[in-house]
Amino acid sequence: MTGIKTGGKVLAVAFLFGAVLTNTFAVQQASSAKIDRLVLAKLQEKGIPPSDLCTDEVFLRRVYLDVIGTLPTKPEAKRFLSSNGVNKREILIEELFERPEFADYWALKWCDLLRVKAEFPSKLWPNAVQAYYRFVRTALYQNMPYDDFARTMLTSSGSNFRVAPVNFYRAMPQRDPAAIAGTVALTFMGMRSDGWSDEKRMGMAAFFGQIGYKGTAEWKEEIVFYDPSKKFCYPDSEKPVVPQLPDGTVVEVPEYSDPRMVFSDWLIGSRVFSDNMVNRIWYWLLGRGIIHEPDDIRADNPPQNPELVAFLSQELVKSKYDLRHIYRIILNSKTYQRASIHNQRNLKDEENFSRYYTRRLDAEVLIDAICQITKTTETYSSDIPEPFTFIPENQRSIKLSDGSITSPFLDLYGRPPRDTGYIAERNNTPSAAQKLHLLNSTHIQSKILQNKALLGLVYTKVKGKNKPKLTWLEPHEAIENMYLTILSRYPTAKETNTAIAYIRESGLNRNEASVDLVWALLNTQEFIFKH
Amino acid sequence: MTMNNEMDISRRKAMGLAAAGAGGMVLGSPLHASAVKAGKAKSVIQIWMWGGPSHLDTFDPKPDAGSDYCGPYTTPIETNVSGIRIGQKLPLMAQQADKYSIIRSMTHGINGHETASYVTQTGRPVGGDVYPCTGAVVSRFKGVDAGYNGLLPPYIVLTKPQGRFSESGFMGLRYKPFATGGKPSASPFTVEGVIQKGITQARQRDRRELLAALDTYGKKLDGNAQFEQMNMCKDQAYELILGDAGKVFDIKDEDPKLRERYGNANSDFGASCLIARKLVEAGVPYVTINYTGWDTHKKHFDIMNNKLTELDRGFSTLLDDLDQRGLLDSTIVWWGGEFGRGPKIQWEAPWNGGRSHYGKCFSHVIAGGGFQGGHVIGSSTANGTEVADRPVYPWDLIGSMYEQLGIDPNAQLPHPQGLDVRVCATEEDGITMGGRLREIMS
Repeated sequence: MTGIKTGGKVLAVAFLFGAVLTNTFAVQQASSAKIDRLVLAKLQEKGIPPSDLCTDEVFLRRVYLDVIGTLPTKPEAKRFLSSNGVNKREILIEELFERPEFADYWALKWCDLLRVKAEFPSKLWPNAVQAYYRFVRTALYQNMPYDDFARTMLTSSGSNFRVAPVNFYRAMPQRDPAAIAGTVALTFMGMRSDGWSDEKRMGMAAFFGQIGYKGTAEWKEEIVFYDPSKKFCYPDSEKPVVPQLPDGTVVEVPEYSDPRMVFSDWLIGSRVFSDNMVNRIWYWLLGRGIIHEPDDIRADNPPQNPELVAFLSQELVKSKYDLRHIYRIILNSKTYQRASIHNQRNLKDEENFSRYYTRRLDAEVLIDAICQITKTTETYSSDIPEPFTFIPENQRSIKLSDGSITSPFLDLYGRPPRDTGYIAERNNTPSAAQKLHLLNSTHIQSKILQNKALLGLVYTKVKGKNKPKLTWLEPHEAIENMYLTILSRYPTAKETNTAIAYIRESGLNRNEASVDLVWALLNTQEFIFKH
Repeated sequence: MTMNNEMDISRRKAMGLAAAGAGGMVLGSPLHASAVKAGKAKSVIQIWMWGGPSHLDTFDPKPDAGSDYCGPYTTPIETNVSGIRIGQKLPLMAQQADKYSIIRSMTHGINGHETASYVTQTGRPVGGDVYPCTGAVVSRFKGVDAGYNGLLPPYIVLTKPQGRFSESGFMGLRYKPFATGGKPSASPFTVEGVIQKGITQARQRDRRELLAALDTYGKKLDGNAQFEQMNMCKDQAYELILGDAGKVFDIKDEDPKLRERYGNANSDFGASCLIARKLVEAGVPYVTINYTGWDTHKKHFDIMNNKLTELDRGFSTLLDDLDQRGLLDSTIVWWGGEFGRGPKIQWEAPWNGGRSHYGKCFSHVIAGGGFQGGHVIGSSTANGTEVADRPVYPWDLIGSMYEQLGIDPNAQLPHPQGLDVRVCATEEDGITMGGRLREIMS
């Protein structure tokens, strides 16, 4: 909340806003508590004691990184850490939903899933990428209900430039009905159709057998439309395939009506539709699906906690497919807010959510955080001629719309190539090559050198003179700044002493010693991991 | 003790740690002994002609086609192999022709960079999964999964990654190349992460101690599998930062005469060729030199006049140097781009003397590692527009290389969804086969 120290007007607004929030809190608290009961029941059954709740400083950093893919700034960290509000965690979560970075970060995740990329193996091309990306980001920014979001993508017809959601059917390497059905199953059902029987796969493919594609006089424009003249037959035969829903129901689609409509009606009413979505959100926020892996839903791969999936799924439907409601009830739960520090009996637990599982920062989030800390920018480029794409100098990588736009850093840190839409494409497993880069590259070193203020060199006013003078901050002050900027917390006395000793005793000049301190903090596990 | 993930995984296994949590599939399934046999070749140096070099102006000259086809290059030169002539801008290569063979009938018919790069470097038709390129496959079968234990990564790219498609395809991050970044001809060549200007070894050690002292949270999570994995990566990284292995990138102590033969002092390509030789000498199985600047739609001949001279020096010296050191027999040198360039010159505006993309017929060059030199495989028609005989598809060439490396064409590749996928494409993948390069395989 802003305006604590300002005039009465702002306070009044804050008060009203607070009243609205209180109402939301009550509803959400009951649901969050239910999540915790279901998770605890499972833990009790397995005899695993959960970790304690995390501290404010841990929560602050975690929730920023998880919800907006962005590191808190120093003022943001100070403000939150100094606040005594009882509901300060709930309030912060609500604030983050309103941030533009919320839409940026979740558009990034969605565009991974939807394979949004100018060239190879999908061929969207730059102009259509921009249109599609704008559609996805706007939907998330405005919190479009998830059923509408899915239906729009599945049933639209028109130009790839003007009716952006049609690009769903273009952002795939192959466009035969079975391949399209496979993509739909993966995206909206979290299922892998290559394990299905031929009958099931072909039956679902029949709903996508009348999608037509045609070019226009405009360069790279393509119309996606319902083409009733198309027939989808069994291979080497004239026999049309009868549409069959994945649940086995055979459907008769009336002549001259678009079978995609019939399919999306079924899909949106199905359990797997909401299960898939809540499980993905759970995976995104907690690092492990209740159904694992999140894109491998099938009868013989049961959820670790079926009641929990059922509950979240029901919450999604009840809230009229409000995605933020699902984020909200998870983020406010004790389950999400547990420490990553293990106790003596839950170190080995990798699937019951007895602690917050540590994860390396996503490639994009990591480089953005380093740029924010060092006040520097990155260069991104694409090998595809991108006449419609302007990449500003201060571009954040979580805002990159196009998978074809990249940098060596993103490649090194396992950003997904957006070839398939599988979750496993994003690889956050640490490697020695990544470690080398962070420990010893010219790239990172030159960034650290650039932010003089972070190193402790600041302009201060000199009495009687107009020109401010560059001076070094007191070491303890500079060290506190570094901690708040990089790790979003205050240093402990021991850490301050270690750092001061390094400044005084390393034999390096103040600038070099400060560079080494920033370097060290950027290389701590605490910085590289979400924890 | 390599910098590659594979080692991390095997170490982790050795320590009895659980597989990584989020997204941490263990792809590095152990290799069957039969997947790799002792091949004639141990290493590959790939000179990737980024953008597509003109075949007519390099290894398939057509002096009789007229100036609309050969432009100013009307006088091809004889080589040291009787009957083989190559482009007039490659006099040094002409003296090495007994060491390499020219394939003048490469074809795939694709004129877009991305798709052509993919097909040419993976030996796979387009469609379905994105397969790994040769470097990634070799890094799987000749790298740490197969007992490679050098400190240097098994697959190194000088200097920039591919960018047009993901090199390691579905095999993922573990098989990605280590891209050096930096400028190879500079002194020092600041290989990202390995060599940094201005940080002394003493300061590196002080930093390491400082980091250990300040890693407060890391210590609280003692036993956390992911943190342990990261710590092991850090230890491996320090072996390279503080050890001597990184010196392989330093060419300032090389014989100045040899250095001069590789190229001008500021030639990054020349320096890259020399470094590639040193890397292979140090046991690295796969090195790619991503040689940019061949996508010459405009000012084609102006650019060729300079670039062909640079290519000529670097490439010819590399072959000779490898041979002198007895490394050519065990090192495949593979030269080529995603396609050739339009045989007919575009004199009209806006090209004003350029060459377009051309995938129907182009040339690649292959040397060493069991491939005989001094031969020409296949031929193109009078104007270089079509394959005249013996078409060679990318899968034929790549399959032949794998054979020389002792990689079983039918061995399984690790797939994240566990699909059964094999090293080499076959006719069942819907492709026409031209056949392995038996003519020159010994």
